[in-house]
Amino acid sequence: MDFSSLLLGLLDNLIRGLSLGSVYAIIALGYTMVYGIAKMLNFAHGDVIMVGAYVCFFAISTYGLPPVIGILLSMVVCTALGIVIERLAYKPLRQAPSLAVLITAIGVSYFLQNAAQLLWTSSPKVFPSVVPKGNLTLFDGQLSISYLTIVTIVVCVIIMLVLTFFTNSTKMGKAMRACSEDKGAAQLMGIDVNATISITFAIGSALAAVAGVLLCSAYPSLTPTTGSMPGIKAFTAAVFGGIGSIPGALLGGLLLGIIEIFAGSYISTQLSNAIVFGVLIIVLLVKPAGLLGKKIREKV
Amino acid sequence: MSRLERKSETKMVPVPSHSIVPERDVNKAPILECSHLGIDFGGLTAVNDFNLTVGRTEIAGLIGPNGAGKTTVFNLLTKVYQPTRGTILVDGKDTHGMNTVQVNRAGIARTFQNIRLFDKLSVEDNVKIGLHNQIKYPMWSGIFRLPGYWKKEKLAHESAMELLHIFGMEDLANHRAGSLPYGAQRRLEIVRALASNPSLLLLDEPAAGMNPSETADLMENILKIRDTFHIAIMLIEHDMSLVMGICEGICVLNFGEIIAKGTPSEIQNNPKVIEAYLGSQKKEG
Repeated sequence: MDFSSLLLGLLDNLIRGLSLGSVYAIIALGYTMVYGIAKMLNFAHGDVIMVGAYVCFFAISTYGLPPVIGILLSMVVCTALGIVIERLAYKPLRQAPSLAVLITAIGVSYFLQNAAQLLWTSSPKVFPSVVPKGNLTLFDGQLSISYLTIVTIVVCVIIMLVLTFFTNSTKMGKAMRACSEDKGAAQLMGIDVNATISITFAIGSALAAVAGVLLCSAYPSLTPTTGSMPGIKAFTAAVFGGIGSIPGALLGGLLLGIIEIFAGSYISTQLSNAIVFGVLIIVLLVKPAGLLGKKIREKV
Repeated sequence: MSRLERKSETKMVPVPSHSIVPERDVNKAPILECSHLGIDFGGLTAVNDFNLTVGRTEIAGLIGPNGAGKTTVFNLLTKVYQPTRGTILVDGKDTHGMNTVQVNRAGIARTFQNIRLFDKLSVEDNVKIGLHNQIKYPMWSGIFRLPGYWKKEKLAHESAMELLHIFGMEDLANHRAGSLPYGAQRRLEIVRALASNPSLLLLDEPAAGMNPSETADLMENILKIRDTFHIAIMLIEHDMSLVMGICEGICVLNFGEIIAKGTPSEIQNNPKVIEAYLGSQKKEG
């Protein structure tokens, strides 16, 4: 193996890692935003991804709708699902200890998985790619990048830009940041905290739908447990980058994707998950608040 | 909701006899009327039989020894706590069953004893949080940056700068709120509260930790706010120079009950008040 093919191999892995990482980042945004504002870990988030993928699957395969309509439809359904989950399961527990909310979230996660199994059976569905199959070839055909990979990375970049603008420069985004700092004071300034939390769940769930569609386009076997592993990985990514931080979710997601692909290619496919979580442990030992997380100093 | 409004309309005038409303406000409907207001925490009665009327443009003081229940009164008015007993009328409207957000929209804004700014947001954004309910545009207009968004955000920026100008803080607009010096943070809290367009502004120990010259500036600013916005201001304060200097009506709380109400000179000479503060029968020293 000569030097240039080694370099091309690296580049190929890097791009695949970025693409996988983009999906993790989009999912991680949902975890991190909800954590930032509601101070809870929504472990049902991964299963919202699965629901989104199923909606898109049925829209495209069963009803023959165009992929764009399928994606929009799954975003709408997931947004509604996210708001309903928050209203029914989490809102009554607003004053409850965080452990109760955490266990409820795990309950919601199992509920969604089992409901999906009842409705759609556990036999895997073959997900049709929403992006036309094909490759972009570079360097005289030595490097080929699939359109899906490009679309995934571009979608992630667009989502990050829009979300950063939204939270920094619109009044709803500012209300969200205010709520994440001090809900009581925000309320006394006339901000409806419940509505703000609902909107956060809505945005996170809409993003989960996008992530679900992109994920299943890359790994086309769709089952009721499809969302759980990417959900946990994305949660890891959010913690990795510093939970509560939007740029942190992006950084964590991308790094996680790249580490996973590199570990799989150069070390061992079987060990790739172990390596990913091993790196997480090391990072948290060195930086307990995550890469971009802020250290919380208790005032005395 | 509508039933409550109708009920309260009949209650608006006349001003009750326990009022300490300044003369210019007597013929106007009061901004705040509390009657028999009280709250129990378990078996402990924190505030009991609190009756107070505040005039349209009055500056009212709420004083009393530590733990007398002053901040609890503010928390009742802003519905941080729901009262156990009694009624609160804001601008003639019964606030029974309202939550914090609704009371804010009804016209009450406040500051906090321990500063509670949004530290990570800029000074301007803190003020814009106060403007939240006045600047309205749909969420998608913000996401897609439609013309409506730019227009409203420009309006928000202008209003925020105008409010900051009152305290001469427009130069600090882009600083992080958490990085401001203490006095500026206190001023910003007042600006943020003003931004929500209140008709009654509650200030919880606005002069706490200020030196005499800062306190003098603050007094001037409070008067300026009242005269610019024509609103009522109610303040909790331990600094007697401020209270006696600008308050028109003063209400003294001790152990959750009102022990005296009156003008500054009446309060200064009230033996009950002196006893509550000094704990003895001695004449003022």
